[in-house]
Amino acid sequence: MGETSKISRYLYTVLILFIIWLFLTGSLDPQEVTIGAIFALIVGALTDEVFTERGLGNLNPKRVLYFTAYIPYFLWAMIMANLDVAYRVLHPKRPINPGIVECRTVLTNNVGKLALANSITLTPGTITLDVKGDRYFIHWIDVKDKSVEGASENITKPFEKFLKVIFE
Amino acid sequence: MSIASIIGQALVLFGTFFYVLSSLGLIRMPDVYNRMQTATKSATLGSLGVIIGVGIWAIGEVGSYSWIPKTLIVAVFLLLTNPIAAHALIRAAYKSGVPLWEGSIVDRYKEAESSLERVEEIKEKLEEPSRGVEINE
Repeated sequence: MGETSKISRYLYTVLILFIIWLFLTGSLDPQEVTIGAIFALIVGALTDEVFTERGLGNLNPKRVLYFTAYIPYFLWAMIMANLDVAYRVLHPKRPINPGIVECRTVLTNNVGKLALANSITLTPGTITLDVKGDRYFIHWIDVKDKSVEGASENITKPFEKFLKVIFE
Repeated sequence: MSIASIIGQALVLFGTFFYVLSSLGLIRMPDVYNRMQTATKSATLGSLGVIIGVGIWAIGEVGSYSWIPKTLIVAVFLLLTNPIAAHALIRAAYKSGVPLWEGSIVDRYKEAESSLERVEEIKEKLEEPSRGVEINE
């Protein structure tokens, strides 16, 4: 992770804060926009240290493209996960086969690992129990493969190809 | 009734359906870990459906477009924070010693924990004699 300039980090924070402000007020009235811009500039100066590590580097077109592609993929995975859970809950025999498996990840970045852990929690039958370095401990409602490699293939691989580009 | 109202109502209904599934799952699942599975996933998708549905419903019902951006941002924050809360709860449950359901087939976390403990024990044993030597000198 290279050192990003303070200016780049600051501008990125201000931009994100300002977008959130626009969404929250939901109006383009000049008064609202001005006060929002002022507050974004002040809050950005106070929080850019903790808010981002890479600054404007996050807005690299390739990253934005992969992120946009990731959203529908993720929502689809989430809906499938819920139908899966619905099937398990409603089935009279309760077809569950739970256990805690271990996965490895190729991601090295903390934000990327967080995004992966969150994605895992919201998708088919898996909840992240703990993360130690590159080892993920995951509670899986229907264990198909007990080995580390098999579990990684099933759980982390599908997300990694997106998250690697977005966060690495 | 406009199309936006119908879409909004459908989304709210969709969300409510997953809420029902979520609460049903809490009753039917055998242990805390499996309950968390149903509680987090279904409740998150249910909330997304209801929240965004309300935003779209408002367009059709009162003709106001100021709801939908707000509901979208609420949905995004919910999507970011809900899994973290779930992770904290399930980890706390494990650390405080809640047993897995007897039908669970594998527990890698326990194996990893015990192997880490063993590594530390061995390290301590290796360090002890060297410390003894230092004292002797």
